[in-house]
Amino acid sequence: MNDELTLDINGEQRVATVRMADTLLDVLREKLDLTGAKRGCENGDCGSCTVLADGLPVKSCMMLAVDAIGKKLTTIEGLHDDPMQHAFIEKWAFQCGYCTSGFILNARALVNQYPDATDEIMEEWLSSNICRCTSYQEIREAVKSVLKEQRFNVGRPRSRNKR
Amino acid sequence: MLPFNFEYYRPSSINEAVELFEKLDQDGKKPIYLSGGTEITTLGRLNQIFTKAVIDVKGIPECNALDFKQNSVVVGAAHTLTQVWESKILPLLGEACVKIGDRTSRNQITLGGNLASQIIYREAVLPLLLSNSTFVVAGIDGIHQISVHKIFKEKLLLKRGEFLVQIKVNGKYRNKPFFIEKKRKSERVDYPLITIETLKIDRSIRLAISGLCAFPFRSYEMEKELNKTGISLEERIDKAVLRIPAPVISDIRGTSEYRIFVLRNTLLDALIDLEGVR
Amino acid sequence: MKQYRVIGKSVPRKESWDKVSGRVKYIDDFQEVGTLHVKLLTSLYAHASIGKVDTDEAWKVPGVRMIVTGEDYPLLIGTTIKDRPLLAFDKVRYYGEPIAMVIADSEAIAIQAVSSIRVTYKVLPVVNSPVQAYQNDAPLVHEQVEQYQIDQDADGEGASGGIHPVPGTNIANRQGIRKGNIDRGFAQSDFIVEEIFSFNQSDHTAIETRCADVEIKKTGEVIIHSASQEPFEMKELISETFNIDEGKVQVHIPLVGGSFGAKTSVQLEPLAYVASKAVGGRRVRLRNSREEDIATSPVHIGLHAKVKMGCTKDGKLQAIKLHFLFDGGAYAERAIPVSKAAAYDCTGPYAIKNVWCDSLCMYTNHPYATDFRGFGRTEAAFGVERTIDIMANKLGMCPLEFRLKNAIQPGDTSPTQVLLNKSNLGDIRECLLQLKDLIDWDRGQRIDISDRIVRTKGISCAWKNGDPPPGVGAGAILTFNSDGSVNINSAAVEIGQGTKTVLTQMVAEKMKLSEDEVFIQMEVNTQMSPDNWETAASRTTFMSGNAVLRAVEDAIRQLKRTAAIILKVPVDELEVANKKVYKKTSPNISIDFSEIVYGFIFPDGKVAGTQVVGRGTYMIPGITDMDPVTGKGVQGPEWGVIAQAVEVEFDKRDNTFKLIRAVSVADAGTVLNYKGAETQVMGAMNMGLSFATREGFLYDDEGRVLTTQFRSYKVMHYGEQPEYIVRFIENPVKGAPFGSRGLGEHGIMGMPAAVANSLSLAANVSLQQLPLTPEFIWKTRLKAGEVY
Ligand SMILES: Cc1cc2nc3c(=O)[nH]c(=O)nc-3n(C[C@H](O)[C@H](O)[C@H](O)COP(=O)(O)OP(=O)(O)OC[C@H]3O[C@@H](n4cnc5c(N)ncnc54)[C@H](O)[C@@H]3O)c2cc1C
Ligand code: FES
Ligand code: FES
Repeated sequence: MNDELTLDINGEQRVATVRMADTLLDVLREKLDLTGAKRGCENGDCGSCTVLADGLPVKSCMMLAVDAIGKKLTTIEGLHDDPMQHAFIEKWAFQCGYCTSGFILNARALVNQYPDATDEIMEEWLSSNICRCTSYQEIREAVKSVLKEQRFNVGRPRSRNKR
Repeated sequence: MLPFNFEYYRPSSINEAVELFEKLDQDGKKPIYLSGGTEITTLGRLNQIFTKAVIDVKGIPECNALDFKQNSVVVGAAHTLTQVWESKILPLLGEACVKIGDRTSRNQITLGGNLASQIIYREAVLPLLLSNSTFVVAGIDGIHQISVHKIFKEKLLLKRGEFLVQIKVNGKYRNKPFFIEKKRKSERVDYPLITIETLKIDRSIRLAISGLCAFPFRSYEMEKELNKTGISLEERIDKAVLRIPAPVISDIRGTSEYRIFVLRNTLLDALIDLEGVR
Repeated sequence: MKQYRVIGKSVPRKESWDKVSGRVKYIDDFQEVGTLHVKLLTSLYAHASIGKVDTDEAWKVPGVRMIVTGEDYPLLIGTTIKDRPLLAFDKVRYYGEPIAMVIADSEAIAIQAVSSIRVTYKVLPVVNSPVQAYQNDAPLVHEQVEQYQIDQDADGEGASGGIHPVPGTNIANRQGIRKGNIDRGFAQSDFIVEEIFSFNQSDHTAIETRCADVEIKKTGEVIIHSASQEPFEMKELISETFNIDEGKVQVHIPLVGGSFGAKTSVQLEPLAYVASKAVGGRRVRLRNSREEDIATSPVHIGLHAKVKMGCTKDGKLQAIKLHFLFDGGAYAERAIPVSKAAAYDCTGPYAIKNVWCDSLCMYTNHPYATDFRGFGRTEAAFGVERTIDIMANKLGMCPLEFRLKNAIQPGDTSPTQVLLNKSNLGDIRECLLQLKDLIDWDRGQRIDISDRIVRTKGISCAWKNGDPPPGVGAGAILTFNSDGSVNINSAAVEIGQGTKTVLTQMVAEKMKLSEDEVFIQMEVNTQMSPDNWETAASRTTFMSGNAVLRAVEDAIRQLKRTAAIILKVPVDELEVANKKVYKKTSPNISIDFSEIVYGFIFPDGKVAGTQVVGRGTYMIPGITDMDPVTGKGVQGPEWGVIAQAVEVEFDKRDNTFKLIRAVSVADAGTVLNYKGAETQVMGAMNMGLSFATREGFLYDDEGRVLTTQFRSYKVMHYGEQPEYIVRFIENPVKGAPFGSRGLGEHGIMGMPAAVANSLSLAANVSLQQLPLTPEFIWKTRLKAGEVY
């Protein structure tokens, strides 16, 4: 049974013909050419397929595409000049880059939801993703630098990627 | 990538759901209920689940209930573990939910899905066993309210076509002292070696455990030993350990001896915490 | 020390923005319409003879285009011993081994069809450990090794010196080291310790799983796209295995999503070639699931090591005798080179006159092994560095002092009998001295925090030479854009190590340009780039760097020659900088690159020069074959050294621990890109700690790997890492680009031993097995009567 469905991705309405059993990851990558979300395990364990659904990180390999109807989806392709992207470059928070889309999106949602995130909250959120190249220390520094910058900017208009 | 395809239905009422199930079942579609969908996608990929039709319960209002009324806490089965935790409606339950999987997965895994899971841990049931909760179950013959102790024996015992709508817990459990600890092999994100949750009601302690045996359980025998007075904490624990209701498992996460070692230490921490001794 | 403009600077990766915006394309991100998908049927047993492979049901699945079984292609391949069937035919030798493949319109269809193939097996007794494999009465994994072809001039890392399987046993190869006189060494020793160390196989688990696309054109050209570290070896192997002219094989490598050695082995590509051939040359894709990437594709080697060490009472090491039984798994492949390399550098960076080592690569019914970061040193160092601590303890000496006392120095010789000097050997003493400060060694190695909690520090040293076989090299080409900026064409593969960016820095430094004016092609195409030996052995920068530097010289020569004609200034009075050639003594006499890079035309139509194309090639000099018995020979150009420390906090009741701090001091020769180097070392340290504390396969009694998902094969997650501190010292190497030493692997090598040394002190027992899980520590203490 193939069906047409419309998803709200990065502010655009995208139509795709899918199998009902297709995961969101399958559809993003194979039907919509949004390949920034990666297949690292297709088992919910590595986080490289992470995207945001209504501002919350989800692992797109274990979400059915139909289940994403009506949700506002953000993939890495939807971030433009985001402070988190800058921070990841500045702090060398990636090497091979395969886990990077997932980490950046998770971190983006984290700093939106918890502008005052403690180390503990950062650990709770970011331990959802695996990076095999870095030591995580670089990622920690990147996320902290955005938190700090954001705190410094309170009062001023928030980042353009605010949901 | 799931190797097979299925039909997808998203009913908006309980009746619609159970009727759909009947019909699809008669058509030989082996329907299953779907909630967070994390188990269906991950086990389906490996051909460990198969179906020709899924019925998503997330569109059913009762499954999305979340209130505290007339001294009763009601939590819909379709809530994600993150939502249950963030709602703070029942800390005893929230703290159990927040120990499952990892944060992102908890944004997807639902309470109902965890309780009905094939995976042997079903950690969210621990507080529900301790609080003598009631499960609201819908089937073709209507909606039933059943005590957790009747419907959850080792696993959720649903009849074909039934699904879990919500759980109800007496409001008094919202502020009773409890202790919960999940011990893993080494990783912070992992299934449990053991998870124990204990609750103190008046002066007696209740105990439920996941990961120790091949299913989660609450043990009155163990509770009885733990609640003995006049002997040392260690003696009470020794006696309780003798009352573990089923064989202790040995697997890639740990041997049975090690699990018991961990259990002893964790029980000690629980007693110290709840009894305020030492 | 020399001051550089661009070298040493933390120039961000060239591909940074592509990586943070999801635009970078790894192989799985290219989708070509019409591609067919291949799925492997893999073995359910570790050792069994194959009866019938019944594909009837599978053929009924709509969308199946072809099914290939081992019977259809009874072909043996391998880069060392040709012992591995493309698809198993007579028998399977490990759990997860490919038996058949389905080629179908979609991945879903292929999976569905694969699961309806029925195979009848007759189960055979398994060889479930290297120790068992070594027993006289062990079942044989390969009954007739003597009948296999051997690629004696295999040119993979560490392959030199010949391959010598022992027929009638499970020994795939034996490499010896014989230096000095081992008996005399022990006779001169006042103290002797002998200990056993072991760990199971494990996995690299790069987040990108292996994947290959192959198509065969009408002309017979074979186009391969793959995530691999070895495009050129692959080209040769495919050509040789399937008898295709090498010129007709083209390998494309996009950016690679992590490797750590995993992607040096050629496994999926020949399978995909056969699959494509079976469907008339159509493009096919074969992509590993995580489960296949762990169990079916090659893994990190396991080891059982016996270490015997002798020392005088004043703490001078006299002798070391090592017996390594490596768990190479079911097929020899690159497990042999790894086991050989472990022997070459077996002592670690210590001056020991009498060295005896037998390094055996054993066949077992486990997945077969390939390169892993550290290439044999990480493995050997665990046992040796633990034994150093045990010895120091026995002598009552501080383990750091003990290491300083025995640290290898210029004038000493390596186990392979190479005379060491300031250039070919890093300064391990200096590394240790700096480490001592950074880890606050003098504040005590063990500090009790409370009744239950204790903090301890453990250290380890490590060294590594690269093991390129003799005669390997690299090439590079430089071209120019009309604005005078430069393009580099080098076939070094970017696996996340940052090589490509470092190459642009080298060009920018030498040509006095800004690094923004140097571009580099990220993808590799074997038809367009000059040959480059595999991206491995921490030698990429060394070889590709030298090739690039020569290409720069060549280009500068051409630029100056043209400029000399135009400016009427002798060539040797000219200099280049800022995209100009100018006269040294009067810089305003100059001409822009933009005017000459494509040749210059005078108003009268005469021309000066032609398009500038810089060409550079390089071959490492001085590498020799290694003697298989004594190990004598020159295995590589230089030994990089590192000293490492790990501080842990141990809970004596629960036997759990937290990693607090990890420090490395490495001799970088010259740091080429500061942040790049630091993060490479930190990443490797993290991988080492992850390996040492939680990784390692678990097998059932039938030899099946039980840990094939991240749900069961646990790696370090965010939040579990300690604080990392990395420092470099710089003792340049002659002949290396800017004097730099290999660095990409060193960070991992000492970590397992350092954390084991730290935990052994904390738990008051000697921990000699990995991973160091709380349960293992508890059991060891239980046995020792430390706990009840
Ligand atoms: C990465 C990861 C980590 C995990 N870690 C843990 C852990 O640490 N501890 C633990 O206990 N579990 C863990 N799990 C298991 C997880 O809790 C279960 O897989 C759970 O079933 C998923 O819930 P879901 O809502 O996504 O279920 P779904 O996939 O929607 O359904 C799961 C099963 O429950 C049935 N079902 C769902 N809702 C209902 C309902 N309302 N009534 C009746 N049946 C229903 C479905 O038919 C299906 O059989 C983990 C899972 C993942 C993916
Ligand atoms: S691919 Fe989704 S979590 Fe790994
Ligand atoms: S950068 Fe390679 S996995 Fe994270």
